Amino acid sequence: MLDVQHISKTFNAGTINEKKAVIDLSLHLNPGDFVTVIGGNGAGKSTLLNAIAGTWPVDSGRIVIDDVDVTALPDFKRAPLIGRVFQDPMLGTAPDMWLEENLALALRRGQSRGLKWGIKKEERELFREKLATLGLGLEDRMTTKVGLLSGGQRQAVTLLMASLKQPKLLLLDEHTAALDPATAAKVLELSDQIVTENNLTTLMITHNMKDAIAIGNRLIMMHQGRIILDIAGDEKKNLTVKNLLDKFSAKAGVEEETDSVLLS
Amino acid sequence: MLAYFASLDPMALLRACPGGIAQGLIWGIMALGVYFTFRILDIADLSVDGSFATGGAVSIMLILAGWDPLLTLIIAFIAGMIAGYITGLLHTKLGIPAILAGILTQISLYSINLNIMGKANQAINVGKINLIFTSNIDHLGRTIIVTAFCCLVLVALSYCYLGTEHGCAFRATGNNGAMSRALGINTDRMKVIGLALSNGIVALSGGMLAQYQGFADVNMGRGAIVIGLAAVIIGEVIGELILGKRMNYFFRLLFAILGGVIYYLVYVFVLWLKFPANDMKLLTAIVVAVFLGVPYIRKMSKSSFRHAGNMAKKEGGKD
Repeated sequence: MLDVQHISKTFNAGTINEKKAVIDLSLHLNPGDFVTVIGGNGAGKSTLLNAIAGTWPVDSGRIVIDDVDVTALPDFKRAPLIGRVFQDPMLGTAPDMWLEENLALALRRGQSRGLKWGIKKEERELFREKLATLGLGLEDRMTTKVGLLSGGQRQAVTLLMASLKQPKLLLLDEHTAALDPATAAKVLELSDQIVTENNLTTLMITHNMKDAIAIGNRLIMMHQGRIILDIAGDEKKNLTVKNLLDKFSAKAGVEEETDSVLLS
Repeated sequence: MLAYFASLDPMALLRACPGGIAQGLIWGIMALGVYFTFRILDIADLSVDGSFATGGAVSIMLILAGWDPLLTLIIAFIAGMIAGYITGLLHTKLGIPAILAGILTQISLYSINLNIMGKANQAINVGKINLIFTSNIDHLGRTIIVTAFCCLVLVALSYCYLGTEHGCAFRATGNNGAMSRALGINTDRMKVIGLALSNGIVALSGGMLAQYQGFADVNMGRGAIVIGLAAVIIGEVIGELILGKRMNYFFRLLFAILGGVIYYLVYVFVLWLKFPANDMKLLTAIVVAVFLGVPYIRKMSKSSFRHAGNMAKKEGGKD
């Protein structure tokens, strides 16, 4: 479903701030894979996600999503294939537009937008139904400006928007990091529910090792721009934070002990 | 003092009102164009100062060449769109900040407008040409009705557009660019389209004003952006007062035009008070600064460091 082949990305190349964010990285996701990505600060997690989303072009390598080579396409041209939830709850929704208008925009993700009405009557029914599944009472607030909703509500809405038109690939970029623990747990549960129901191929970055272990069928750990651990199946099911940290230390070397503190 | 009041003629004010309304409606159309960029795209587009004069220049020169006045307005609209398109390209393709891109277009339009007109000012013989938008006192009533009708049509068209898929994407672009791109909207293209459309509308109103006053002047657009902003802001404040939360886009656009009318009536009134005409632009700028600043000051007065300090002092006094 997703095929990342030997991509590299260096920021500020040739300057004193040069940062090799991702180095010769390859990753293959099968349809229905739910992969969690962990790693310390600067490990290259977000760079990987942004490379796949098309925020900027990669320096080398190839990215294929659902048999479409998207390497040369900017973010908005990859939109038909990708659903996205950002770390910042403010980024995923248009604050001055109504809830139903936001959803209508999302329903047309990647389609050409003409001079037909922006929302159809039957779509409102669909939105009401879908909002009800969030269990936040938002189905009665369809003409509320999204900016008036809380961060958690907005993140839940963004999640719904990302999956409203079924994406080939769902990208979740630390989407619970900016929320309080209770709300984060709720949004995470919703994510799991939406991914499972729609059988979405998903790549989720998280800072929380417990979440990374509990959710999904595969876990990868990044370090200094490379994937250093890739654990799937039964091995992942039996994983604990303790032995994940041990594996990390073994791979990254003892001198990286400080990073493991960052992770836990 | 008494002599000053005695010198004011109420009838003169009354006589000046219809002209004020007609000009206000024309400037209201300009404000509608400004609304598209300033409020929806969140760009203060300074190219309108140039494109307003371009609209006037194109219309007057084509009328002098024997064209039908109404037809010239369509060409003025297209000329304005091209100007906005250039600003859009400067901004999106060359990465020039929007405000600077607007200034570059505006300053280049000054030369282009002089080239279109051949000199700084060109007049038409209003007596000989059958103008729809005329300040001729015999037809002023008709001018007002026709202009008001044009305003309504433009507001209705704009309102319908903003409700379409394309219009929703346009609004989303100004509201949240990152989200828009994630949903497959080409935000750069949207900005270019918005700037073109906005400048087209502005040039249209420039053409109408030139016909109304019977001439085009290379300086007729100077400060137009400020007048447009004044109209938009005045309209918003009054709209909020009257309609509160029921303000939808139809009323927002309508009140932008009404803002133009109110601005011009105030203009007429202030001139009637013998306020020097030279200082009108200063006054307009002050009005805009106050209206833009008041909401900010109000917000800051509730959460400012000084406020926090005062509260802390009070608390300290209690202990």
